[in-house]
Amino acid sequence: MKNALPETGGFFARNREMHPPAYTPGYKTSVLRAPQRALISLEGTKSEITGPVFGHNIIGEFDNDLIVNYAKPGEMAIGQRIMVHGRVLDERGVGVAGALVEFWQANAGGRYRHKKETYLAAIDPNFGGFGRCITDENGNYAFRTIKPGAYPWPNGVNDWRPAHIHFSIFGHGFAQRLITQMYFEGDPMIAICPIVKTIPDEEAIKRLIAPLDMSNTVPMDMRAYKFDIVLRGRRSTFFENRKEGN
Amino acid sequence: MVQPLNYLKESASQTAGPYVHIGCTPNFTGITGVYDKDLGSGPMATEKTRGERITIKGRVIDGSGTPLRDAMIEIWQADADGFYNSPSETRGKADPNFFGWGRCPADMVTGEFYFETIKPGTVPFNDGRPMAPHVTLWIVARGINIGLQTRMYFSDEEEANAKDPVLTRIEHRVRVPTLIGQRDGDIVTFDIHLQGEHETIFFDI
Ligand SMILES: [Fe+2]
Repeated sequence: MKNALPETGGFFARNREMHPPAYTPGYKTSVLRAPQRALISLEGTKSEITGPVFGHNIIGEFDNDLIVNYAKPGEMAIGQRIMVHGRVLDERGVGVAGALVEFWQANAGGRYRHKKETYLAAIDPNFGGFGRCITDENGNYAFRTIKPGAYPWPNGVNDWRPAHIHFSIFGHGFAQRLITQMYFEGDPMIAICPIVKTIPDEEAIKRLIAPLDMSNTVPMDMRAYKFDIVLRGRRSTFFENRKEGN
Repeated sequence: MVQPLNYLKESASQTAGPYVHIGCTPNFTGITGVYDKDLGSGPMATEKTRGERITIKGRVIDGSGTPLRDAMIEIWQADADGFYNSPSETRGKADPNFFGWGRCPADMVTGEFYFETIKPGTVPFNDGRPMAPHVTLWIVARGINIGLQTRMYFSDEEEANAKDPVLTRIEHRVRVPTLIGQRDGDIVTFDIHLQGEHETIFFDI
């Protein structure tokens, strides 16, 4: 990145047919929270093509290790040890360097450490359930955690979330801001989840399912799951500084 | 046959859910000892920041008139001279004492969010015309499937707002006030309505 010119192009138009619409009655909470009027189209201006960039100095030594970052000294979180790794890319296939990635999840029993969480599964005293990292110059990231459990939630009378990890990603522009969730290969709960089903495109759902990655699995230690995240692409700026007619 | 374009597709958005605080503002939800402070919390302006001090406050309100108490709001804005603190800012150097980004969870009782910041300067539109001072906001919450992008302009900038290239092209003029924060002294109030008569304008950027 050091020798690269600053990126000043606008972003590819967002393909909203791959994203969940605002109003998805199968996910009841969306009903009163969905804007009902059409979005107003706005070509990206300086206000959207710029965005905050976070330095590596905000990242603590154990921020990407959920097995120990909340645990008492010498102790560890309970659960199946896994590494989640992959790349943050944009739609051009270019790795997004220096992207802040934040993640949070339930513990191995499906319980979150949150004031408002009431599920009867046990709290793990050694598991906080969150971490963060910044991608390297090629867009790579990795963290260590335990595999989260499925959990029930109040929507339908018997709705359960598949095992998942929440992700918040900053790209290089505020218009790339994205929150999504990662699911695990082979989980039968994915197909019946009302939140997964808010996504209208079958292929887009598949792109949120991380495959088991035996090649990066550490023998006798932890399995690996590979999860790539794609942010909006950015136009080249070859012709964008010409202002004929203005 | 033609060459394939080979573009990737953006990952689909999923709701931030009810526990977004755990990942983004853990100290706010009482999980201390991992991060020194929540990213984006506290005043955005320090003593050295140039510009006029303001506090932006508001609520995100659902279709029943109830404020969301589990939303998270992020703000992104220019400095007092209209420069963004970003590598993609090529017009000049932003105030080194102003990061320009903040994050605030809605209060778990009142639903209120607030940002202690400065009033931004003027930023040019893509054709060079000035845009009136504004901040960009991004709203996520349980029940919001994809983050909502909007802008807040300032009620004390009537003249600039009347010429703003974004505001002037909004067809339904009655909706324009949904993008104007109401200034009273140092306080600018901006309630965001997800539905109803006063539904805020959200942008597809
Ligand atoms: Fe969750």
